Amino acid sequence: MTEPNNMLSKRIIPCLDVKDGRTVKGVNFVDLRDAGDPVELAAQYAQQGADELVFLDITATHERRKTMIEMVKSVARQLNIPFTIGGGITEIADAEALLNAGADKISINSAAVRRPELIEELAKAFGVQFVVVAVDTKYVDGRNMVHLNGGRLITELQTESWIKQAEELGAGEILLTSMDHDGTKAGFDCGLLKKINDNINIPIIASGGAGSMEHFTEVFQKANVDAALAASVFHYGEILIPDLKQELSRNNIPVRI
Amino acid sequence: MDNNTKNNSIGIVNYGAGNIFSLTAALERQQIPYEMVNTEADLEKHSHIIIPGVGHAGAAMEKLKQTGLVEAIKALKKPVLGICVGMQLLTAHSEEGNADLLNIAPVKTKLFDKELGIKIPHMGWNNVNFANNSLFINVKPLAQFYFVHSYFIEYNPIFDIASVTYGNKFSAAIQKDNFFGVQFHPEKSGEAGEQLLNNFFNVMI
Repeated sequence: MTEPNNMLSKRIIPCLDVKDGRTVKGVNFVDLRDAGDPVELAAQYAQQGADELVFLDITATHERRKTMIEMVKSVARQLNIPFTIGGGITEIADAEALLNAGADKISINSAAVRRPELIEELAKAFGVQFVVVAVDTKYVDGRNMVHLNGGRLITELQTESWIKQAEELGAGEILLTSMDHDGTKAGFDCGLLKKINDNINIPIIASGGAGSMEHFTEVFQKANVDAALAASVFHYGEILIPDLKQELSRNNIPVRI
Repeated sequence: MDNNTKNNSIGIVNYGAGNIFSLTAALERQQIPYEMVNTEADLEKHSHIIIPGVGHAGAAMEKLKQTGLVEAIKALKKPVLGICVGMQLLTAHSEEGNADLLNIAPVKTKLFDKELGIKIPHMGWNNVNFANNSLFINVKPLAQFYFVHSYFIEYNPIFDIASVTYGNKFSAAIQKDNFFGVQFHPEKSGEAGEQLLNNFFNVMI
């Protein structure tokens, strides 16, 4: 028996925004019957070779929970890869409902900033592997500061120390979005990602700035992150996941093909 | 089980260790019939048994004891598959909660060593070096499986049917007679995982 080298693959993660149980933002896959159907879209991404999916619930109403749970169940029935649900999770009960509906992980952001003990409570109740802490960061007056509400609201937390605290409280993974790079398509914030990654012992997902396949190669080579997340470049078909995986592989980055 | 008996269904041991929605969904997609197992009589009804499990191995063992099914499970002669913590339960002992387990395969479940410069948990897709075993029939040589775990089963060539190296070499899958265990999650491992679930359902012992 030959023994190929084992390598934990670097993960490629498309992120889908969901409102009232429907995916939003333009999606132009040619063979989709209904681009707003999260289940169909998720299945398509899985087939293309996405390693994992993140669904971000941006619904603002109180009715949201029920719709979201139904969506999560539908996704879990169809999808054969792991997925994370983020948005609006503020207490244990929210997380438990999502777990029971088949979510592999949940991602918390502002609720954790407002009440850091939530990280600890969730980790104790469901295991660290279930708890992703999402952090939106922006460079302000020479410092990296944690922001809420999609970058609109600055907090008093410095990004590096908040992430370290989240790890200590029981975060199983960090999803770090650079608000300075998000939407620019100019590449990930490799400097900050490397700095943070060197300082923690849990996986980190890079987010914000993906515009080309080279950007993915760069973030894995320079910051050695565990995963890279993007939305529009995948949704608009600007980067196809099979091509991206081939490109990464050519650059000796371990990926699942 | 005698060879004339048809592979009729999988019984999933229902002992409250983690959520099994994804597992049952995967079986449904593969059109493999399943039911929950709550009693010894339920164990008899199925041709195959799965022991699922997510979370803390010591706590999972306590929950399994509370079902009163420990001795009946150990005595099973039909194919059994432990998944993740369900696999770890097949071993003698886990460092997680310093717990004595089923001891079907006399190997140990250990905590990853941080000093090896690895991130814990081991989370993500990894290829495995699998042996010529019924569980891996038609699985591509470099197929990858999805892992999420902080404790691992020590490598022992007697029981190992698939190994993986993360920090150190350990068992991704084991077999002892009719008992199989996989550390990864076949229900989350794409087509390779679905193939493995089908393979398990086709195992005749």
